[in-house]
Amino acid sequence: MISQALLRGLNGKAMWVVALLVAAAILVPASNLLLPAGHPLRVPNYLVPLMGKYLCYAMLALALDLVWGYCGILSLGHGAFFALGGYAMGMYLMRQIGDRGVYGNPDLPDFMVFLNWDALPWYWQGFDMFWFAMLMVMVVPGLLAFVFGWFAFRSRVTGVYLSIITQAMTYALLLAFFRNDMGFGGNNGLTDFKDILGASVQAGGTRAALFAASALMLAAAFVVCSAIVNSKLGKLMIAVRDAESRTRFLGFRPEYVKLFAFVVSAVIAGIAGALYVPQVGIINPGEFAPANSIEVVIWAAVGGRGSLIGPIIGAILVNVMKSYFTVAYPNLWLFALGGMFVFVTLFMPKGIVGFLSGRRWPGRPARTTTDAGLDTAKPSPAE
Amino acid sequence: MTSIAPARAEDRPLLYLDGVSVSFDGFRAINNLSLYLEKGEMRAIIGPNGAGKTTMMDIITGKTRPDRGDVFFNGTIDLTQHDEPAIATFGIGRKFQKPTVFESHTVEDNLLLAMKGKRSVVAQFFHVSSRHEREALDGILETIRLTGRRADQAANLSHGQKQWLEIGMLLAQDPKLLLIDEPVAGMTDAETEETVRLLKEIARDHSVIVVEHDMHFVRELGVKVTCLHEGSVLSEGTLDHVSNDSRVIEVYLGR
Repeated sequence: MISQALLRGLNGKAMWVVALLVAAAILVPASNLLLPAGHPLRVPNYLVPLMGKYLCYAMLALALDLVWGYCGILSLGHGAFFALGGYAMGMYLMRQIGDRGVYGNPDLPDFMVFLNWDALPWYWQGFDMFWFAMLMVMVVPGLLAFVFGWFAFRSRVTGVYLSIITQAMTYALLLAFFRNDMGFGGNNGLTDFKDILGASVQAGGTRAALFAASALMLAAAFVVCSAIVNSKLGKLMIAVRDAESRTRFLGFRPEYVKLFAFVVSAVIAGIAGALYVPQVGIINPGEFAPANSIEVVIWAAVGGRGSLIGPIIGAILVNVMKSYFTVAYPNLWLFALGGMFVFVTLFMPKGIVGFLSGRRWPGRPARTTTDAGLDTAKPSPAE
Repeated sequence: MTSIAPARAEDRPLLYLDGVSVSFDGFRAINNLSLYLEKGEMRAIIGPNGAGKTTMMDIITGKTRPDRGDVFFNGTIDLTQHDEPAIATFGIGRKFQKPTVFESHTVEDNLLLAMKGKRSVVAQFFHVSSRHEREALDGILETIRLTGRRADQAANLSHGQKQWLEIGMLLAQDPKLLLIDEPVAGMTDAETEETVRLLKEIARDHSVIVVEHDMHFVRELGVKVTCLHEGSVLSEGTLDHVSNDSRVIEVYLGR
């Protein structure tokens, strides 16, 4: 039954996306590792983790779009799930350092020795095991999303109010993780990683493998999201987005529909965060910053929400531009980002993907589209 | 309080409202309202604006909780104790005053979502359309005369067609009781005629409450009429009886 449902996720368009990502997962590492330095087709070393980072961002944007584009939940706190996944991975990586830290303590990470702690706190137990850490990468964001969503959706908090409390959630976590007493490295976060599964995180081979893992996980997340949105549940999600109270009179419980999407989305965001951390080498409370979560919304809006491919394109495009701008014109980046958001909102309300697919192609009739998904932040008058 | 309603639960009619009151900020929207609907009956509800027609529907469907009074469905189900999705699952369907369809879905998908069946999230994910379901869907499309537009977005339908689509969604739900709020508002005469035909067909095997202002339409339906005023029943009976009632003429029909 599950395989049948997942196969539904592999329709024509999804096949192309998956094929492309699998090809990238093979070709980029192969080109980086096998071709000699200086070869024109070789992907340079610095580019491998950078591209891997873009793919993690793309996964985060995809996760956001599942709730925003399809369920009408404008989450301004999705960075929190990403960061929690990242912290879970960071904790595993910290435990792998062992006695190679500055203080050489075999049991405690450096920052705990520095704080004069004499034992590992209970919530650090088990993170030396990879499988346990990977489980937590999914469980912690998923659980937070479940508890948060349970209260928010059952109380029928929607629209702007919901957006504001998601923002408050990530801000509260930001403040909490800044505290040294929390036991997550405070201000500095977790860094100076050495090994992942016994391989050095700095090694070219590991970086290539992490890139491949990012591409494959993005493909898997795409198939899962595609299976959801192409099912009757996907139609119901759109119905909840457009006329939530109407679905109640059909006998549906929209709060559970939203809860399901929110939890799935948080788990995907957590996995993205876990893949991100070893590729950038650090996780700190800054990842919880509200501005980060808002930036994710911009990626999805630029690419085109309400389509699964849109947020992926948006995340990669905006971040490539960011990489360029922050080197070439560091002072102008935020203006460029804001300008892009204004431009897209005004002239391409359905993003790049919506703009392209709404155009009339030769030999194909014009698609009729509505802007039904656009006023998601507006509380429904029926509520 | 004197009540003509039978005391035993199993003798109650399909829909049983007794002594229901609700106030909003001190305003009595429904005031000691009693109304009984037999199984298989179609009833037309008329009354001036603010008479409490829509509030009554809100109470029946669980959107509003009454301050006082009994609301029973099917004899034993206390509707005041349940919320909208639960009440919809018991078999009460509702069409809203303003046609409310899922605009970005096709006509077909609107009906598919309304189609009777499991309502859990997991069941929706694994749902595969059965042949039975597809046949029922074709039948409903035929009934509401939208077969030719099944693949069109609901947003692109005319006002009258949206009204029909919503009635079609009610049919797909296959409820025991249909609450229909102003089905012919904004319809042309020809569409109104068509709607009368449609409702009469539906009333053959469903219980129906229709709220409508259009007296011509109510006359065409030819069913028992209840006139509400200031939240309670002003007059009840045949249309001729109600429209000759001096109090109804006073507050609603005008001299």
